[in-house]
Amino acid sequence: MPERVHLSVDGRVIEAEPGTSVLAALWNAGVRTVRSSVTGEGRGALCGMGTCHECRVTVDGSAHRRSCLEVVREGMEVETGG
Amino acid sequence: MSAASGPSAIVVGAGIVGAACAEALAEAGCRVTVFEAGLAGSGATATSMGHLVVMDGSEAEFALSAYSRRLWTERAETLPASCEDSPSGTLWLAADEDEMALVHGKAAFYTARGEAVEVLDAAALHEAEPQLRPTLVGALRVQADRIIYPPAATWLFLDRARARGATVHEGVIVEAVRPRGARVAGTWNEADVLVVAAAAASTRLLPGLPIEPRKGHLVITDRYPGFLRHQVVELGYLKEAHTMSRESVAFNVQPRSTGQLLIGSSRELVGWDSSINAALRDRMLRRAEEYVPAISTLSALRTWVGFRPATPDGLPLVGEWEPGLLVAAGHEGLGVTTSLGTARMVADLALGRPSALDPKPFDPRRSKAPHA
Repeated sequence: MPERVHLSVDGRVIEAEPGTSVLAALWNAGVRTVRSSVTGEGRGALCGMGTCHECRVTVDGSAHRRSCLEVVREGMEVETGG
Repeated sequence: MSAASGPSAIVVGAGIVGAACAEALAEAGCRVTVFEAGLAGSGATATSMGHLVVMDGSEAEFALSAYSRRLWTERAETLPASCEDSPSGTLWLAADEDEMALVHGKAAFYTARGEAVEVLDAAALHEAEPQLRPTLVGALRVQADRIIYPPAATWLFLDRARARGATVHEGVIVEAVRPRGARVAGTWNEADVLVVAAAAASTRLLPGLPIEPRKGHLVITDRYPGFLRHQVVELGYLKEAHTMSRESVAFNVQPRSTGQLLIGSSRELVGWDSSINAALRDRMLRRAEEYVPAISTLSALRTWVGFRPATPDGLPLVGEWEPGLLVAAGHEGLGVTTSLGTARMVADLALGRPSALDPKPFDPRRSKAPHA
C-alpha cells in the first residue's frame, strides 16, 4: 500500500497520495466549493491548470493559493471559504 | 417636484465633480442638463482611490477639503452600501526624526483649525498597523478621513439630480462651449449658465485653462481582510504631490471594504499616454514593500492608469471664466473629496447666493494675464 499524506481541511483531516494536487485531494474528499465571491456566491475550480484562479484556498495561513498548483504535504493546513 | 423656478444650467462632464454640481444645482431649483462624452464617472473618477482627506498644503486647500469632508461625513449615513463608505482615517507616516518633526507641525496646523488628530509614537503606530515596517518613527492619525467608491457616489448624485428634473446625456460629445451655450452635433444648446467640469479634458473646450493631465498608476490586490485598517501615506507624499518632476512615486495604500488593497502612487507628465509604465509601476510597488514588507506576498489582480487634472498652483479652478460660463475643474488628486465643496461654490455662484466658502483662491482667472 503506497504511503499516504495527511492534511487538514477546515480542521477535518483527509488523506491523499503523495504528489497529488491539493485540488485533487479536495475533490476526492468531496469538497467542490472552496471559496466565495465578493457577493457571497460559491466558487470552485474551473480550469484546474492555474489560469482561472477560481480554486483559491488558504494554505498554511497564506491566502489565495491556487489549490490546483499546490502539491499536498504532510501536515498541511488548508482553509476554504475565503 | 417642479424645478422650473430657478435658472437653467448645462453641466459638461459627469465625473464626480460634474455630478455633484448637477445635484447641487438641481436641488437649488435649476433646470439642469448634463452632457458626458463617455459614461458617467468613467474618467478620472473611476481611476481614483476615493480617499476623503483633509489636506494642509495651504489655507485654501484646507478650507475646501475640510468643508467638503464635513459634507461627506454629514451624508455618510444616507449613502447606499454601493458607495462603500468607510471611516478608516488616515495615517501620515514618519520614516525618520525629520519627518516626525513634520508630524508635529501638521498636528499643530490641524489642531489650530479644529481638526481632531492624534500623534502616534512607534509603539502606538505598530499597534495601529502591525503590517508596517517596525522602524517607522511614528505617524499622524487623522481619524475623520474616510474612503468611498467614487463611481457609485457619482451615480448617486446624478440620480438625485434626475429626481429633481435633471436630464443626463451619456455618450454625447460637446464640440464647443461659449457663455450660456454648448454645441452638440452642430446645434447650440442654451441655458442661463454653463458649467465646464471635464477634468483635464476641459482644456479641449477652453484651451486657456491651465490644466495638465498628470498620469498615475494604481495596483489592486486580491482580498486580504484586516491586512490594513487605515489609509497609510508616507509624509514624503506631500513633497511628491506638489512637485512637477518628470516621474515620481510615493507610498499611498488603501484598504478597500472588500479587503482588497489599492496600491499607489505614481506621477508622470506624459500627456494622455495611457500605457502602463512597467518600470515606474515596479518602483511604486518596491516603495510599498519598503513600508509594508508583507505586501510582496500578496497577489495583485490588476494595474490601471488615470489622469489627475493638475494646475500650476495645486488648487482647483472653480468659478467664473467669463460671464455665463463657470469652470469646475483642475482638482488634481483631490477631486473626489472636494467635489461636494466645489458643487456648493458653483451653485452659490450660479444663483448669486452668498458663498459658503471664500471662492477667491479658486478663481479660474487667477493665472490669466490682467489684460489678456
